[in-house]
Amino acid sequence: MNTRLAASALIVSTIALAACNKRAPEELPPAPEDTSTATPTPTPTQTGPTVGSQSHFTNAVGQVNTVVYFDTDGYDIDAEDSAKLQRQAQYFQQYSNVTFTIEGHTDERGTREYNLALGERRANAAKNYLVSLGIPQSRIRTVSYGKERPVAMGSNESAWAQNRRAATVTVN
Amino acid sequence: MKKLFLLTVAFVAAPLAAQSTTTNQDLGAPIQEGGEVETVDEGGGLTGSVSFEGNLDDLGIAIPAFAADRDVPTPANANGTGALGRELARVITSDLRNNGLFKPTGPDALPNPSYAEITAPNWSTWSNRGAEMLVQGYVRARADNKLTVGCYLYDMQLKSELVREGWVVGPADWRRAAHKCADLVYSRLTGESPFFDSRIAYIAETGPKGNRTKRLAIMDSDGANHRFITTGRSTALTPRYSPDYKKLVYLSYVDGNPRIYVYDIGTGKQTLVTQSENPTFAPRWSPDGRTILYSMAVGGNTDIYSVPATGGSSKRLTDTPGIDIGGSYSPDGSQIVFESDRSGSQQIYVMDANGGNQRRLTFFGGRAATPEWSPRGDQIAFTRISGDFNVAVMNPQGRNLRVLTSGWQDEAPTWAPNGRIIQFFRTARGSGESGLWQVDLTGENERELPTPVGASDPSWGPILP
Repeated sequence: MNTRLAASALIVSTIALAACNKRAPEELPPAPEDTSTATPTPTPTQTGPTVGSQSHFTNAVGQVNTVVYFDTDGYDIDAEDSAKLQRQAQYFQQYSNVTFTIEGHTDERGTREYNLALGERRANAAKNYLVSLGIPQSRIRTVSYGKERPVAMGSNESAWAQNRRAATVTVN
Repeated sequence: MKKLFLLTVAFVAAPLAAQSTTTNQDLGAPIQEGGEVETVDEGGGLTGSVSFEGNLDDLGIAIPAFAADRDVPTPANANGTGALGRELARVITSDLRNNGLFKPTGPDALPNPSYAEITAPNWSTWSNRGAEMLVQGYVRARADNKLTVGCYLYDMQLKSELVREGWVVGPADWRRAAHKCADLVYSRLTGESPFFDSRIAYIAETGPKGNRTKRLAIMDSDGANHRFITTGRSTALTPRYSPDYKKLVYLSYVDGNPRIYVYDIGTGKQTLVTQSENPTFAPRWSPDGRTILYSMAVGGNTDIYSVPATGGSSKRLTDTPGIDIGGSYSPDGSQIVFESDRSGSQQIYVMDANGGNQRRLTFFGGRAATPEWSPRGDQIAFTRISGDFNVAVMNPQGRNLRVLTSGWQDEAPTWAPNGRIIQFFRTARGSGESGLWQVDLTGENERELPTPVGASDPSWGPILP
């Protein structure tokens, strides 16, 4: 499948996916608190988080909306992912000076090099969706960590589902 | 860098004066620092017969301490050349024992032959020890601090010499003389090419699963002369030695992004394999060391590129939608076997070295990844993913699949220089702890390699130059 889909095609496919969610129930995303370890510690302030800091971003969009999850070997943005990314896009449109990184990750059940490429593919899928919503490419950096930085340490389907992710992290 | 030249000199030690001429190889300065060595191969190592006709697993080999002409100080051993002679025999013994093919008995369980006996074995001393073969040798310190090491293989039943060779090594390289002797014995008895005198690059891993430190490290084929190259502040992955051992290519997050660097071991300098903002992965050398393959993701789509090792413009070899990654040259450099998910899942493909004539090799069911062409050309090793991850081999036509390992997650095979042994890394379910393992082509003789800490991504270089 071509990852370089036109923006309109992405949105059409999102609607199509909404009608037939192919994610198996046992692979549903995890409790959101697990993802906090993957993000930099925000700079504490006396008067609430600074605009553009990770905690400001998280407070605004909700922790659960900062990370999207993928099927095994998949990189499609499904309905649930698109709702999260739309919430992120609202934030980045409101705070138009904020730049950010999308970190792509995989589960441990893949070979190392392929997973580096797969994590990059997932980060780009999330990036492309945000661009289709009007966020300039110049504000979005992608980086893949492959299987090197899991957030769930188990070797089971639940942990792997939590690790197949693209996490949005603000740069400030 | 110091360039060393071969010395072709006959053994001239008094006890050895009766011998015919032989080969002296100057192994020179520490090769781990990128030293260069010229060697001469007189060939013909497999002439003559061997009396033993049983299974090589059961072949008893006695390896007593190498004799010193005089016990003198040497930078190679604090206790002098006498103690060094015992260490040489110990290294040879563990090389052969760990290979799993022979039943060697080392110097600590054997009497010590005298210097004069090295070329004239006292047969009665060895005949009742159950050994079919006898390896004797000597070590002599030279005035320039270098060492001359001689190695002799005798057939006990025939009471005759099968092969001999000698080397001149710098004191820091004394272990290389032992590996050369083990290679001589191994090659003479099996008919296979040597592999002990070689090095391995790998990734040393420490720390918890979610925040693991990954450092580039190098070591001899037996784990000795271990050295960390990177500090661990940034993650390093997937190293490969250049064929001349002067450079390493590897992936580093040193600037925050995954990028392939070429690291010069002699100077410590490293350069990007290509000037690009895009992430680069999976570096490989061509057999002649002139070309580097790398994979680059552009907009999430990964393709394989080649670039001259000395720099210059890159050539894109694949252009299908999907992830095309890795790559391993055939020994003659004409073809590249690589991995692609263009069909929907990871499978192995082959193409001409210029990117032409791409075709799929694997149709086994399950996935197939990380192909590596044997240095002999007759096999391709890869990671077979079918439930668990296992190391498997097939022929270059994609047939005769044989699965060699049975771990939960065994991946990333790399070949011994002679194409008879495969190393890989095995990851434990749950803990994520990983270590280096090796298995021979029979699927037997599987063992874990000792490393100081956890380990992954082994890359076995060729026989040292």
